[in-house]
Amino acid sequence: MWAMILKEFRQLRRDRRTLAMMILMPVLLLVVLGYAASFDVSSIAVAASGPQASTVAGALPRPFHVVAAENTQGRGWAQDQLRDGNAVVAVVTGGARPVVLIDGTQLFAARAALTALAGQAAKSGQAAQAGQVAESGQVAQSGQAAQAGQAAQSGQAAQSGHAAQSGHAAESGQAAQSEPGTSQVALQTTTPQVHVLYNPKLATSDIMIPGLAGVVLVFIGTIITSLGVVRERQSGTLEQLAVMPLRPRDVFLGKITPYFAVAAADLAIVLVVGVAIFGVPFRGSLLVFGLGALLFLFVTLGIGVLISSVSQNQGQAIQLAVMTLLPQVLLSGLIFPLSSIVAGVRWIAYLLPLTYFNEISRGVMLRAEPIGALWQPFLYLTLLGAVIVTLASLRFRRYLAPARSRRAA
Amino acid sequence: MTGRPVGPVTSPGTRADAGDWGTDEISVLYQGRLALDKITLRAVAGQLTAVVGGDGAGKTTLLRCLAGVLAPGSGHVRRPSARQIGYLSAGSGTYPDLTVQENLDFRASAYGLSSAQAREQSGDLLGRAGLDAARDRLAGQLSGGMRQKLGVIAAMLTSPRLLVLDEPTTGVDPVSRSGLWWLIARAAADGCAVVLATTYLDEAERAAAVLALDDGRELAAGTPDQIIAAVPGTLRSVAGRPPGSDEQRAWRRGGRWRVWDPPQSASGAGQPIQPDLQDAVTVAALARELRLAGSLR
Repeated sequence: MWAMILKEFRQLRRDRRTLAMMILMPVLLLVVLGYAASFDVSSIAVAASGPQASTVAGALPRPFHVVAAENTQGRGWAQDQLRDGNAVVAVVTGGARPVVLIDGTQLFAARAALTALAGQAAKSGQAAQAGQVAESGQVAQSGQAAQAGQAAQSGQAAQSGHAAQSGHAAESGQAAQSEPGTSQVALQTTTPQVHVLYNPKLATSDIMIPGLAGVVLVFIGTIITSLGVVRERQSGTLEQLAVMPLRPRDVFLGKITPYFAVAAADLAIVLVVGVAIFGVPFRGSLLVFGLGALLFLFVTLGIGVLISSVSQNQGQAIQLAVMTLLPQVLLSGLIFPLSSIVAGVRWIAYLLPLTYFNEISRGVMLRAEPIGALWQPFLYLTLLGAVIVTLASLRFRRYLAPARSRRAA
Repeated sequence: MTGRPVGPVTSPGTRADAGDWGTDEISVLYQGRLALDKITLRAVAGQLTAVVGGDGAGKTTLLRCLAGVLAPGSGHVRRPSARQIGYLSAGSGTYPDLTVQENLDFRASAYGLSSAQAREQSGDLLGRAGLDAARDRLAGQLSGGMRQKLGVIAAMLTSPRLLVLDEPTTGVDPVSRSGLWWLIARAAADGCAVVLATTYLDEAERAAAVLALDDGRELAAGTPDQIIAAVPGTLRSVAGRPPGSDEQRAWRRGGRWRVWDPPQSASGAGQPIQPDLQDAVTVAALARELRLAGSLR
């Protein structure tokens, strides 16, 4: 047995990448999870519109912070702020009662907003209104803000959100009036109407499935592609490709195109299953979604090729692919809200393609965001793609155009 | 999807004459070690050139430079365009998860052969290699010899002007070796310049020219007869291990021992023999080793 142990240690010592992964991964995971694994939302972006927008903006307590206030704008503008991801909460003033719109696709921020609003109601001591709310069974008694928020979410707020989505409340101005079955919580001294938009039931599946589509693409794109290319090297066929009359870009594109097609088919299946079985809505443009998905796929396939070009064997390729997969799942906003991740770790999220694909897929599927509102994720995804594919091509070129780039000393 | 240069390629800058390929004093430094030291090799159309040497002698590095997989640090490489090179890397260089026919189809397509040409060429070569019946078998399921044959015919598929084969017969049984040699000889007879690396000196004797390498340096070069004729001193055969200082100039071959006596040295007991290529290369390696050790001037 001693001989076996010694042999394993010797092999492990020489496989530095595995050793580094065994030692660094737990530390990395602990640090990342420690700083990133938080569902607590400490800041909620608010847009205020209507004649009292500035007043409301100045009076809102924490965790709300106003990012835009337009006295001359109405509900349409406010709703656009949510749709375009500029704010999680929009307060529309000007009616008999203010209307609070909450973006249900920002699950944790939406829950925090409802909790905070319910807490505000409890604090304001509006006995009559609070009683009314309590009577309707939507808000827990004794000012337990958290529970109240939960109740509001799962109860009538959902229905009112539904109404807002279908345009009833927005069009008729009924938002300013008291409607049966509408959640009412206090915002300062007046009781606003609260509408949860885009994901009125605050369903987790609605949020996760557009993101999971991205994870599927990352899995196919990164892991499978990296294995496909490194296999060429291990079987000695990469050397054959190097002397064939093929340009490096021909080999590169020829290599990734089948994976591209399979991943695109996978994406279509995930979407159909998500919509048909889980009832996830698809409200936006299929074209915009498809464009974002293709761009994202191109980036992930590029990562796969890049990994394979720095790996000597399939084991190393899998290790590296997993190391790129984990941060994408943990830090892209798929599970933990980006705003909850501490700034020292959050910057990593902005280097991950899944972060931008999440924004695009959730934006298009749930909020029907137009491409104009998604220019940022599209731009960053394009930049990431350009950098990664260039690096991958250069590495690939080293193997396939040796006369130009691999001159021995 | 093709686009490599179509004209002859030199690296760098000399013009290659058609049919006269090779390397001129190329050197390669690999991981801080001189893997090739000013090696010159000629590959002439219609001729078979063998590169021989032990493990780590630099055979693969030389062939990789000649084929264009690796660029030398200095010196020139004269080779035709990528379209006119057939290359078999160490191993069969075939895709184990493709069938025999699919491997050939891929090669034909990458080199831009028309489907009619591809069908005709692959049918002819499969027949010559005796792989007709294995056409639909996965390359990974073939025996070692059959896989090597597939690698060789894949390299020959496009009727290249320069055929570079890295140890095509290593690990192959004698019957398959003979079949492979027949294929390779046919390619040379058809006008192709063939360069192959081998560790089998009996095989190298069939070549028109031989380049022997040792530790990245040229040990001997020329026709097998020229290399044999250039053996300095004399060679004798003895029954047992020779005693004393003779031992460091002796090696076992078959059931007897060979002892090399350098020029101007006294010859000991034993039967004088005419060296063959294997003896000639062994003497050259031995002489170099003794010179490096200071035992021989």
